[in-house]
This record gives sequence, C-alpha cells and structure tokens, in this order.
Amino acid sequence: MAEDSSISELEAIASRCRGEILRMTHRASAGHPGGSLSETDILVALYTTKIRVDPANPKWPDRDRFILSKGHASPGMYAILEEQGFISKEDLESYRVMGGTCQGHVDMKWTPGVDFSAGSLGMGLSYGIGCALAARFDGSERNAYVMLGDGEIQEGSVWEAAMAAAHHELGNLKVFVDCNRIQNDDFVEKQMRMFDIAAKWKSFGWAVREIDGHNMQEILDALDWFDGVGNMPAVIVANTVKGKGVSFMENNPAFHGAAPNDEQLGQGLAELGLIQ
Amino acid sequence: MSDMAATRDGYGQALLEMAGDEKVVVLEADLGKSTKSVLFRKEHPERTISCGIGEQNMMLIGAGLASSGYKPFASTFAIFTERAFEQVRNGIARPNLAVHICGSHGGTHTGTDGSSAQSIEDLAIYRTLPNMTVMHPSDYLSALSLTKQCLGLSGPSYMRTARNKTIKLYSDETEITIGKANILRQGGAVAIIACGVLVGESLDAAEALAAEGIEAMVVDMHTLKPLDNDAINQAVGSCGCLVTAEDHSVIGGLGGAVAEYICANQPVPLEMVGVKDRFGESAQSDEMLEMMGLTSKHIVAAARRAILRKGNN
Repeated sequence: MAEDSSISELEAIASRCRGEILRMTHRASAGHPGGSLSETDILVALYTTKIRVDPANPKWPDRDRFILSKGHASPGMYAILEEQGFISKEDLESYRVMGGTCQGHVDMKWTPGVDFSAGSLGMGLSYGIGCALAARFDGSERNAYVMLGDGEIQEGSVWEAAMAAAHHELGNLKVFVDCNRIQNDDFVEKQMRMFDIAAKWKSFGWAVREIDGHNMQEILDALDWFDGVGNMPAVIVANTVKGKGVSFMENNPAFHGAAPNDEQLGQGLAELGLIQ
Repeated sequence: MSDMAATRDGYGQALLEMAGDEKVVVLEADLGKSTKSVLFRKEHPERTISCGIGEQNMMLIGAGLASSGYKPFASTFAIFTERAFEQVRNGIARPNLAVHICGSHGGTHTGTDGSSAQSIEDLAIYRTLPNMTVMHPSDYLSALSLTKQCLGLSGPSYMRTARNKTIKLYSDETEITIGKANILRQGGAVAIIACGVLVGESLDAAEALAAEGIEAMVVDMHTLKPLDNDAINQAVGSCGCLVTAEDHSVIGGLGGAVAEYICANQPVPLEMVGVKDRFGESAQSDEMLEMMGLTSKHIVAAARRAILRKGNN
C-alpha cells in the first residue's frame, strides 16, 4: 500500500500529463487525445515507480523496454517522457511538426526513450517478444512492457503473438490492455465485440489480472503482481475511460482522433485543475 | 556434392557456418525442413525460435531481436513472407532493423505445389521498400556466400531461394559480393541479365546463340537492390541491347529494375523474359518454365528480337 501522499503525487503528475496531451493535440489541430488520456495513469505509475530506464542514457542496452503498440496514443507517451526528462517541453511543441522530435505516431528513430516505431496496430506485442527473448539470451533480468488497446487486439497477429509468448514461457513480457471501449469509428461493442478479454488471454496461457486502470493504488499493486508470475507472460486488463479527465471527451468516440479547439482546451485544462 | 544443388541448401549451410557468431539467431514458421534452417536447428536448438505457423509474428520477433543486438535470420516460403509484408514494411524496413528474411520456394520453378505456392511478385514488392537489400542467387555457392554476407549489412535484407536443384555455376574461388553482379560470359551482340534459376537457362541460351555466331554477354544480377548500375552500363556499352530473364513477374522485378535504370540513363532496346502477368499451375519445374516462356529457347528468341530492334534504331 503506497502512502497517500505518493498516490496524490502520482495523480498530480497524471494531471500534468493530461494537460500536455490537450496542449499537444490542440497545437497540432490533430492527433489522438482520447486513447492518450485513457493510458495516462498506467504510464505515470509505470515510469515513476517501476520501469528501469535512464533518461540520461536512453539507449542503455540493459534497460527495460516499453513498447506503445497503440502508437497513435503518442501524446500520452511524449507527456510522460517529458516528465521523466527524456525530452523537453520544446520537443512537445514539435508534435506533428515537420522535423520535430515528436512524430505523429511514436517512432524509435525520432524520440529518445521510444523503443518501437508504431503506428500500425497489432505489431508491438510481437516486437516485445523479440525484446524479451533477447533479454533471455543475454541472461538479463530486464523486462519488455507492451501497451495494447482493446480495439487493437482485433488484429489477428496479436493472437499469433499471444500464443508464441506463452509457448516460449516469457515471464519477462508484461502487457497492458487499455480497455477504453472505443475505437476509431465507434464503440468496440459496435465495431467488433471482444467478449471476455481476460478469459481470452487466460485461455492463451497468460497470467491475467483485471484492474481499474485509473485507480492508482490498483495500478501499483498490479505492477508488483507482474513481478511474481514466474515463467508465464502476464497481462493487466485495465478498464479505462476514453478521454479520462476531460468531461466532454470521456466516452466520446469523436475524440479518438480529434483535437480540442481553443475553447475546449481552456475547459479541459480547467477541469484538470491546471488553470483557474 | 554433385553438379546440382538447390539454393535453399546454400542458405541452410550458411546458417550453420555463421553459428560461431553467438548473436546469430534463427526464426522458423513451421517450414524449417523446407527452407533448410533445420540444419541450424539441429545443431543450435537454443538459438532457433519456433514461431508456429505465424509469419507476421515471426517478422516482428525478428525486429525486436535485431533492436536488442541480435542477428535474426527468418525464413519461410517466399509466398508466405508476403503475408507479413506490412510487418516487414513498418516494423523492419522503416526503423531499418537488420532482420534477414529468406523466402524459399520462390517462382514458378517450385513446381507441383501449384500457383498458391509460386511467388511471382516477391522481388518486386521488397524492392519497393527503402533500406531493403534484395537478392536472388542463382546457385548453391552464391546463396551460401550472399547469406553469410548479410552479417555485414546494417539494414534488412530479403533473399529468394529456390526449392529445386539447379546447376552449380560458381567455384569456391569465385568472388561474389552483395550489390556486384557477376559477368559469367562476355559478348558484344546482346547482354542477357538474369537472376536465380534463369541464369543457367541464360548460359544455355548464350551457347545456342554462339552456335549461330551471335556472342551474348551473360550477367548474374543476384542482387536486385542495390542494382549494379556499373554492370548495366558495361552491358549497354558492349552490346547496345539487353534481355532480362527471371522466374518472376516482368512487372517490377529484374526486368522492371533494369528498365527503370536504362530509361533514365542510357535507353537501349530491352526484351523481358519473365512471367507475363499471369498465375501458374501444378506442373514439374521444366514444364512450368516451358509454359511460362522462361526456357533458354525463349531467351534466345528474346535476344534475337533485341538485336533486331537495335539494328532498326
């Protein structure tokens, strides 16, 4: 059980990250705020309490890997990387700008701290298997963390990877499914029902834990649970709210891939407690 | 070994010979016995990763390994690599990760499995990817040598090998280098630029032409990308007309690559021997080459046409 003060500290960081997500997408008049806001609490908990990375040495070979497979939710990633000191506030301003550090979708060739070039859904888990196997070959304890979306796992290749990770007993592969219930065109329930997501992973041979992906204590507990699962790959099925923290974006499919306008930016920042 | 061997055996042997490099890892998608990565698996099971029947997953596992300092060699049938094209495009070529892909059983020469197994477009599609080296060796030793040279590449590669045995064209002494074509026969009337199983057919064609007093140059363009422009310049300079020969669609393959280059640089008559925008069927290799118009006889006819067009210019 974390101290109340540390929980509130993490929540404050998450609010700042959410503010940057709004500012980035507003500035670019484009991008994906909804899925960035839904993943934010998990990213904040992971980066501030668990993942072994070094902002001063982003290519440290024995670092843990973090693979944002739902790579369109890049503003969420950039916000936490800026909090951690991998990139600067100026870099955040380069989101979707020609020559900028922060590409539209996360790209390992452009951004320090990004381990995978995403943008096409369904690819990150397989890549994470490669990273986890490499760690095993190296005799290293390092982990590969992968963030998937609930719409993303409609891609069939995700399940090729799910099979392979269990077959190869990759206990150093640790996955989040950000179940925000909305995909590009509409609600997941309307586009392609996923039924019992946790049961699916379990039947593929994974250790599974279902949490509220916005309850900081539950996230912290689940991160610790990851470390005790042994030789099985493990997945946290996180129930989240798309657009979390900004009332008019929450559960609103329109904000999967639409930026806030001037007025909406002001309202969102106020709701997050970042401006008066 | 006899005078006949399959390029896929050269690939398998190369994997074995590279095993001393502990960063070399092999990925399979349930076709190791066919692509010949089984040779590596038998000796080094701990460094051979079974991906089941899942090519998309295999390609990206390779990418993750390459990003972590390993040297992955992933193989399946040429046709099934195509299933994972977007993974190769976005997950391997775009971040320029040195994953080495081998597609075996390429071309109509693969025979009786029929059209579903006969990749006629693999070289074309991989040629379009930035950062990608694309190879199609003609014989056992060149396949072996080119595979081993992949260790020196800083980016990804695709190599097509063939299922069936073809004549051995090279000796251990021959220098074979990625990106540098081998000129197997000199001539001044027409240059035949070929790859893969049609290099042997091209040499037969050159013999037949020589019997008529027509001296043909024969070039083994084992690397389609980067294309050896110097070798093409030499062929154009010496002969003034070209024939390309490949067991692959004439759209976008070796013929397309040579056409793109000469059109922009030194236009001369070019005749393409290749698969004419159609699918194959179940038949023996020699029957397929005949059906598709890919035999030495067809190359001779193309050479005559090219020479005639040169005369008319």
